[in-house]
Amino acid sequence: MRMRRKKADSSIHEADLTPMIDMTFQLIAFFMVLINFSQSEQNDKVKLPLSDLAKPPQEVMEYPITIHVTKAGIAIIGGREVPAIGLKPLLQNEANVLKFMDKSPTDASIIIRGHREAATGKIQDIIKVCQEQGFDHFTLRAKENL
Amino acid sequence: MKFRHTTSSGDDKIELQMTPMIDIVFQLLVFFIMTFKIVAQEGDFNIRMPLASEGGAPDESQMPPYKLYLTANQDGTLEVPFLMDGLTFDNFKSLQEHLILEMEDPNGVGPEKFQEEAEVELHCDYGLRYDFVIQAIDAVRGKLDRATGQTIEIVQKIKFAPPPDRSGQLFE
Repeated sequence: MRMRRKKADSSIHEADLTPMIDMTFQLIAFFMVLINFSQSEQNDKVKLPLSDLAKPPQEVMEYPITIHVTKAGIAIIGGREVPAIGLKPLLQNEANVLKFMDKSPTDASIIIRGHREAATGKIQDIIKVCQEQGFDHFTLRAKENL
Repeated sequence: MKFRHTTSSGDDKIELQMTPMIDIVFQLLVFFIMTFKIVAQEGDFNIRMPLASEGGAPDESQMPPYKLYLTANQDGTLEVPFLMDGLTFDNFKSLQEHLILEMEDPNGVGPEKFQEEAEVELHCDYGLRYDFVIQAIDAVRGKLDRATGQTIEIVQKIKFAPPPDRSGQLFE
């Protein structure tokens, strides 16, 4: 019986990489679009209260100042943890910066990111200190209830 | 003159080196996957609240504010029933329904004027948990129809009553 001799296959079989690369680029594009580097408005110590009506702002705030309020009522501004009274010099600085820019504290918005279990009185103390420095526009931030 | 004989023929394929590109692409992909963080949408309630001027006479043409009293239990939860303008409410839903009735009252100022002018003044206990305040603001501000996604606006002006004087304990 004569056996068929198999011809030695010297050609290299290459996998078609095109679909994999296509998909990988699509994944990269997806993550690039969704990535959010702005961590300044986030704080791990603050769990925001839930709200049905709170909607993301339609317009960009001209001069936002974010104050986080922890469960214990400690204010965090620009990464510094201070009690309500400790906000006074920091807010004075902000007011001076605004004056330098020909603006007044009334042009700024104080964004209050309060912990859901913080005492309301602590938040009112912080609002009072801000009012004493001339700030009058407050934004209470809440998490959208899905 | 002798010319060098070239061995390459015109139909030779120039193959791109895919390996470094795939390496980089995968590294980028891993970076984006690792840094990806799902963040729930955050929303705002805007409140304009200047420091109360002393001795200022209230404007007679304006509607008087609804005074909502939120008292805290020992553990910071809301004490029910709570009061607004002498009426008691067991929950925020009934408060919302009452305000909608006030807004739609044919003998009232009319829905548009009500939405523009009505104001709720929050009198909160010092130790009341903040999420109850946000729930109250939610109820007073409007009603969300989950089926259509539309919001019926109710009261847009909200302010906090000055906190009780705790000169000894304030700013601890």
